[in-house]
Amino acid sequence: MSINIKNLTLGGCCAIALSLGFTIDAQADGPYGFGSAASAADIAKIDIDVMPDGRGAPSGSGTYAQGKKVYADKCSACHGADMAKPVKGTGAAPLRGGRGTLTSGKPKKTVESYWPYATTLFDYTKRAMPFNEPGSMNNNDIYAVVAYILAEGGIINKKTTMNAKALAKVKMPNRNGFISDPRPDIFNYN
Amino acid sequence: MGKKTNLHGYDAKTRRMMEGMAEAENNALAARAEAEEECECKEGMFPSMDRRGFLAAAGAVGAAGAATLATRGAAAAPPGAMDYPIQKDPTSEQGRLTNADGGYGSRSQFESEVRWRFPTATKESSWTMTPLDKSEGIITPSGLHFERHHGGIPNIDPAKHTMTIHGMVGTAKTFTMADIKRFPSISRQFFIECSGNGLTEWKKPYLKTVQGTHGLTSTTEWTGVPLSTLLREVGVKDGAGWILAEGGDAALMTRSVPLDKCWSDALVGYAQNGEALRPEQGYPLRLLLPGWEGNTHIKWLRRIEVSDKPFMSREETSKYTDLLNGGKARQFSFTMEAKSVITFPSGEMKLPGAGFYEITGLAWSGRGKVKRVEVSTDGGATWANAELQGPVQSICHTRFRFPWKWDGKPAILQSRCQDETGYVQPTIKHLVDARGLDGHAKFGSIYHLNAIQSWGVDSDGSVKNVHKY
Repeated sequence: MSINIKNLTLGGCCAIALSLGFTIDAQADGPYGFGSAASAADIAKIDIDVMPDGRGAPSGSGTYAQGKKVYADKCSACHGADMAKPVKGTGAAPLRGGRGTLTSGKPKKTVESYWPYATTLFDYTKRAMPFNEPGSMNNNDIYAVVAYILAEGGIINKKTTMNAKALAKVKMPNRNGFISDPRPDIFNYN
Repeated sequence: MGKKTNLHGYDAKTRRMMEGMAEAENNALAARAEAEEECECKEGMFPSMDRRGFLAAAGAVGAAGAATLATRGAAAAPPGAMDYPIQKDPTSEQGRLTNADGGYGSRSQFESEVRWRFPTATKESSWTMTPLDKSEGIITPSGLHFERHHGGIPNIDPAKHTMTIHGMVGTAKTFTMADIKRFPSISRQFFIECSGNGLTEWKKPYLKTVQGTHGLTSTTEWTGVPLSTLLREVGVKDGAGWILAEGGDAALMTRSVPLDKCWSDALVGYAQNGEALRPEQGYPLRLLLPGWEGNTHIKWLRRIEVSDKPFMSREETSKYTDLLNGGKARQFSFTMEAKSVITFPSGEMKLPGAGFYEITGLAWSGRGKVKRVEVSTDGGATWANAELQGPVQSICHTRFRFPWKWDGKPAILQSRCQDETGYVQPTIKHLVDARGLDGHAKFGSIYHLNAIQSWGVDSDGSVKNVHKY
């Protein structure tokens, strides 16, 4: 523990040192002033995340029809034409199907069956997809392909135009499927 | 074991994953067996790959490995070693010249243990396991620390790397590496464990070696700036509760972390075992959250955003969640609970005969210090305390040792640890009773397996991965 000596009289300082055993350190204990202020423009370049309530979702929009093209161009080579069966050897995850399987003993986790928020689909696609060229799709492309994937999964209407507002409104089937970690859950204390 | 294990009942993806993992382990074991064949030390209880064994292993891994070897030539030393002439009698002639290694030392060319890669579909999104069977003491050499990457290993120029803290802060700031290194630093030894460590072992013994069953944990001395120092530098606004940490790799890996952890013991680390982080460990800058699952220790850290709520990234919703019986999934299961494993003797070793052996292994807990480790040599019927190597550190691999006189009869070796909170390492049955086995088809919950490990010793001295509880 150190105390900023500038704020203390010499007497007060010694009294604390004697009564509580503190080491008085005359050196500054921060803030140190290192680093430079980040401008809004600097932050905007890297602040790409989208939160479940839609915060961070950029402007732009896309439709099912546009998304179908984007999907064929950027996604289907790995995720497969029908989204349910990824192409072997690519490591891609199935995006569609599996609803109702989480209690079956043979759960099939997909965007449709498992992901709790549509914003996560936008966020992840924007930051990491397509695998061979991450960051190469613009916001309109991503909104469009999100619309296509969600509509193919029967979660939204094919006529829905996807944008920042619509994205936050999507109710994913497994929205309430997650609970807090209660561990420790095993009690062999002795 | 891969061939013999009945994979019926697993879904196709699980089967592929398990078969692939077994194949990688088999490649390593085949190479080791070949090395033993040409070695005089056949009965050796410490089998090690020699150079030929290494070549076989690397060749078996695939075309990429073979290509690398071709460029290095047939006489290449194992990874991390240099090939020097072998002297007939080192006492009769001068050794090699001082500093001939260019000023950075390497291990002996006779040492060849390596991480092996889990054969995922891509080599960009994959992981490697630490060879715990050869581990000594508590520290993992930097070059053997396990890895998990989601978009390959970025090659980052530290002079150009920055880390920005923004969001619900007083003053958003960008720090260069030079800025970061001017802050007061601390060094601390602690383990990092992937929460997927042991993922193949829920239902039946699957992988053969301790590298396969437990190789996703490693201990390092990490150096960096407490995150609390940086948070005070920018000022955190009232109402903030979480941060998002983001890496600068092709995956832009992100995890949400409760602010409380950031104020307590989180580190923004730039050094590992006394030197800069290795690139595969996050060079030049990595978030470190002692005791929390490995995925949260965001590598290549470029951004921290302070917010009121978690961000619900893909890695904390779709992945790293534990699906339970009944269909609900546990989320934000950060802490790695108390766990231990015997590293010697362990799977695929062979004891040369009855007599004295020092059983040794590692214990650790994300909740604090290891208080006690017990060892059983009769499959859990009786237990006795092992000796702990001091000093025992919080959230750190703790080496334990236990003298054992083997009578040459079949035995089952187990270790069980207790941490300072009183928590006792459970059996697999305890975990399955509490959580079910439905996480990934019938394969299990995948994440957070911290059960007691059993090694069966046959009367011929061979050691195998078994389930006994």
